[in-house]
Amino acid sequence: MFDAAPRKLVEVKGLKMYFPITAGIFRRKVGDVKAVDDVSFDILEGETLGLVGESGCGKSTCGRAILRLYDPTEGEVWIGGENIAMAEAADLRRLRPAMQMVFQDPQASLNPRMTVADIIGEPLEEHTKLTRDEKLARVYELMDAVGLNRAFANRYPHAFSGGQRQRIGIARALALNPKFIVCDEPIAALDVSIQAQVVNLLEELQDKFGLTYLFISHDLSMVRHIADRVAVMYLGRIVELAPRDQLFDRPLHPYTEALLSAVPEADPETEANRQRIILKGDVPSPANPPKGCNFCTRCPKVFDLCQRVKPVLREIEPGRHVACHLYETQKETARAGAAPEARKSTQQGEQHET
Amino acid sequence: MPDGAEPVLDVKGLRTVFQTRSGEIHAVNDVSFDLKPGELLGVVGESGSGKSVTMMSLLGLLPSPPADIRGGEVLFAGSDLLKCAPDHLQAVRGAGIGFIFQDPMTSLNPVFTVGYQIMEPLRRHMGMDKAQARQRAQELLELVGIPDAARRLKDFPHQFSGGMRQRVMIAIALACDPKVLIADEPTTALDVTIQAQILELVRDLRQKLGMAIVWITHDLGVIAGIADRVLVMYGGQIVEQGPVGAVFRDPQHPYTRALLTTVPAIRGERTAKLNVIEGQPPIMKAVPAACAFRDRCTMAFDRCGRENPRRIAVSPGHDVACFWDPKTGGARHV
Repeated sequence: MFDAAPRKLVEVKGLKMYFPITAGIFRRKVGDVKAVDDVSFDILEGETLGLVGESGCGKSTCGRAILRLYDPTEGEVWIGGENIAMAEAADLRRLRPAMQMVFQDPQASLNPRMTVADIIGEPLEEHTKLTRDEKLARVYELMDAVGLNRAFANRYPHAFSGGQRQRIGIARALALNPKFIVCDEPIAALDVSIQAQVVNLLEELQDKFGLTYLFISHDLSMVRHIADRVAVMYLGRIVELAPRDQLFDRPLHPYTEALLSAVPEADPETEANRQRIILKGDVPSPANPPKGCNFCTRCPKVFDLCQRVKPVLREIEPGRHVACHLYETQKETARAGAAPEARKSTQQGEQHET
Repeated sequence: MPDGAEPVLDVKGLRTVFQTRSGEIHAVNDVSFDLKPGELLGVVGESGSGKSVTMMSLLGLLPSPPADIRGGEVLFAGSDLLKCAPDHLQAVRGAGIGFIFQDPMTSLNPVFTVGYQIMEPLRRHMGMDKAQARQRAQELLELVGIPDAARRLKDFPHQFSGGMRQRVMIAIALACDPKVLIADEPTTALDVTIQAQILELVRDLRQKLGMAIVWITHDLGVIAGIADRVLVMYGGQIVEQGPVGAVFRDPQHPYTRALLTTVPAIRGERTAKLNVIEGQPPIMKAVPAACAFRDRCTMAFDRCGRENPRRIAVSPGHDVACFWDPKTGGARHV
């Protein structure tokens, strides 16, 4: 994917999505849930960016805010040269066909009173001026593309299994030839043997139509399979962003490291001998995040700076972005070569000072 | 895992049927397994494979109708749980066999304090008075790793996070020192770092308390990490059973083999294209007269459509219900 100079299709700059907390009979605003807090990243044309994190970390909110399903509190979202975050309603409608979404729950995201043909055809109805025959032909074409039998076009969603329903959702997202699709946990509600079917379909469609995906998931092994680059979110912020292989082979942020270590592997021998990092405690509330680094309450490598200053996401190796003080101090002392040793000594040094 | 010991739980030929408007659903078909003292038995299968229904049938937890247990024996501590009196079954639940449910949000009562809910089985089954029960409840919360246990007893379930609630569920299930603990997808609703905490807790508790555990999950990784033995279920039947090492190293049933390759790895080599099991899991409308997996099986041949394979031993403690032999790549001679 790096052969020709890759073009940025999506650029997210300083995106913030706060939800107000209100109290009292006058619904006075008393605080914010900082669901997405200053997130920036790019997605290149034709690539899949995986967005991972635990529940409540803001990954779905981020995906929705990018497509302007929420009105972002702050920040810019550039898709194909237009700032979606600030676009007027009329412009937005014009831009919608290029960006689509596949939802998590195929049961809840399909109208039970509409036939499959109506569901897949609805975007065509809204955004194109096709005749009835042309529309039906397009619906059939889409059903073929996602592996649904044309004969079922007049059935209702309840007659389909979970995996087939997700195919209907994908066909609907494809109807207007989008460039960019946000896949929000598209396989989380499906059985293991069906997940692989849907993931393979998404990959086939990407090759065929040159799609760009933001693949939101908590399933790290599936993200490793499908994504080209991966962003890890924790409590509303991106803590690490890196090419897939580098991230999975050598995670830099302590949270990424713990997250990957927590995933069990289907092999009893490696499981028996594997060193695990078990994080203590729970994720803090996004309404009241810690003062310093958001991860400082659970981080096994925490030192005093972490409790005072929020680390910013910066590029520490080509293509690898980390938001962690361990790597900042390392850079300042200019010992990038011997990473683990340097890290340890800095950490100990910090502890001595306290 | 102690070999040759008397099983604490012995299930033979269990059959459970649901009556629905569109006819009968045969959810559990002739399921037999046993559980040795101190053993952790993993049960894997997709949704609808009958794993939860099997376990709930054992303790009479399914409402009837629609559920109807058509046959089988469940031997626990010298009595058949399917035939015993309701009082006896009530005494076994909680005191003899503990149950942890999948969703910690919905299985705790929101209007009672956590302390009350842990004390309930203690007072009912163990005949403790309030003060004793409170003391024991506090010990249990400490055992499952909830900090500041004395104060937390007065909290309500909504004041706990998901992982903490699951710890409370484990504390309740452990309250009366059960011989057997049945855990139905106890970590499925949890995040992966919280799941790792709970798995660590269970490993630790097993060493301390030594009860036998049945662990239901669809995650093969979880099984690989904690189980001694594994049952693979499909279409309401056990299709493969064996020691965890043998089943993962040398899977016999095409379904087990497919399951192991359909999930991408988190470490090691990365697969370019995922293996797919085509089709959908079956809905069992009748007692299976043929192999339930045959429509999705790449190895199926004519016999699979005529006859339902019985479980046959392939090595000590490892058996499979399949006519196909992975060693020869052809039919198994049975």
